[in-house]
Amino acid sequence: MTTQTQRPRSWPTPLTVGMPSGPTVARHLKGYGNYLLHHALPPILVTGALLLLWQLLASGPTSTLPPPTQVISDTWDLIVDPFYNHGGTDVGMGWQILASLERVAYGFLLAVVAGVSLGVLIGQSTWAMRGLDPVFQVLRTVPPLAWLPLSLAAFQDSNPSAIFVIFITAIWPIIINTSVGVRNIPEDYRNVSRVLRLNGAEYFTKIMLPAAAPYIFSGLRIGVGLSWLAIVAAEMLIGGVGIGFFIWDAWNSSMISDIVLALLYVGIVGFMLDRLVAFIGNRVTRGTVAG
Amino acid sequence: MSSKYLNIENVHKTFGQGASATRVLKDINLKVDKGEFIALIGHSGCGKSTVLNIVAGLLDATEGGVILDGKEVNAPGPDRSVVFQNHSLLPWLTVYENVALAVNKTFKGKKSAAERRQWTLHHLEMVNMGHALDKRPAEISGGMKQRVGIARALAMEPKVLLLDEPFGALDALTRAHLQDEVMRIQTELNNTVLMITHDVDEAVLLSDRIVMMTNGPEATIGEILDVELPRPRDRIALSDDPAYNHYRHEVLRFLHEKQRKVERIQRPAAKESAAAVKSGAVA
Repeated sequence: MTTQTQRPRSWPTPLTVGMPSGPTVARHLKGYGNYLLHHALPPILVTGALLLLWQLLASGPTSTLPPPTQVISDTWDLIVDPFYNHGGTDVGMGWQILASLERVAYGFLLAVVAGVSLGVLIGQSTWAMRGLDPVFQVLRTVPPLAWLPLSLAAFQDSNPSAIFVIFITAIWPIIINTSVGVRNIPEDYRNVSRVLRLNGAEYFTKIMLPAAAPYIFSGLRIGVGLSWLAIVAAEMLIGGVGIGFFIWDAWNSSMISDIVLALLYVGIVGFMLDRLVAFIGNRVTRGTVAG
Repeated sequence: MSSKYLNIENVHKTFGQGASATRVLKDINLKVDKGEFIALIGHSGCGKSTVLNIVAGLLDATEGGVILDGKEVNAPGPDRSVVFQNHSLLPWLTVYENVALAVNKTFKGKKSAAERRQWTLHHLEMVNMGHALDKRPAEISGGMKQRVGIARALAMEPKVLLLDEPFGALDALTRAHLQDEVMRIQTELNNTVLMITHDVDEAVLLSDRIVMMTNGPEATIGEILDVELPRPRDRIALSDDPAYNHYRHEVLRFLHEKQRKVERIQRPAAKESAAAVKSGAVA
């Protein structure tokens, strides 16, 4: 009387490895064709339909926004040469994105270090949790940009201020998820560490971090997404090189097509950041799921 | 009187405080010789695990104490290694790493790195898990996980090995197989073992003495049965052996008849226990 239900595994059959002979190759190719048909076709069709709709809506003489064809022709110089440098803030899209990514990297890494440490503290100590939790619950609802004037006043410089905004945006989900992860470490693992007489540092590295890693990484993933949301807004206000200021600058010079292109880049980079953290998380927490 | 290798002396355990306090254990006294295999049997919820956790040092006794090899137990330690019911392997470590963690911690400074590696491999070979060193717990069966748990506990070279219903979660065939392995290893190492079980056959087959606990709350040791079956013991031969069946009968009688009578004496007014006596008599 086994209580576990057996889940049928449905792998796409063409993905089997081996040395196929003649007819099998044909079958595999057909399999790949099927796979593409079912997985690549829907997004292509939907994207195409949306572009077409946009083209139709934006093509009228009174239209305020450019259609896709005009966006491409307007921004062709930016698309083909993302890494030009004409001095000042007049640099290619690649540099703009990299400048924003650099700020996010600093702010996010600081948030990871501080967030995981604080999360461990309030996960471990009930006293610390009771003291800090109300503070965190209030502060985490403050919108990222509301911190900007205060940090400008404190740092007297735009770049550290932007980094601080990223930091303060990303830290809350990291703290909360880490503390939940630490709190949920199974009693069994604690008992194992007690029987082995692991000391504090050994317990931290050998039990606590690996056991809480899945929670920590879901916090990191939320945090990196929020960071990327916040940086664009913060850069609009602080100026300098960065994709946020690029958008604001394009608006001021009425280059709507540039804005559309920038939004596309922001979306793609945000998506890649999310996937990157998820990928690292999957690698690190491989096997952590209890069995 | 004379003190033995492991002494559990006047242990009481109360959980909670004030009005909500529950006295779980009362007057637990047990003396265990070196190399003795003790089975602790009783109905579920009677406090067997509490006794084991107190010996392990994972719980403190409210009164009384445990003395092992002349020293009082007041904290967990590798000299009292535990095989947990649900194996408690760390899922992010491989089979080898799980045992190596215990070995490296226990023998740091006493054995060289090469010796520790040898020691780890030796114990994994002993439980026949040498073939799966690089597998993670999620990739092996429940019986295999428990083997690794046993290897980890043995590799710490404990003064007393504590088994907390080690085979409770396994199917009957795997359980029998692991019981045989434990008997084989026991003849080799002659450990002092305290095993919790609710399986009568397991208790009779494996142990030198069976300690039968009364029902909780205020559980205590009801009877102690010496199992004087010659070793090595063979489960198939024993299943037809009058002595074996006698021991089995004694334990069953305690669990299913006497234990209910004790309950009635303790709480004469309780109707449900009177009903329980009736059903016990029928059974």
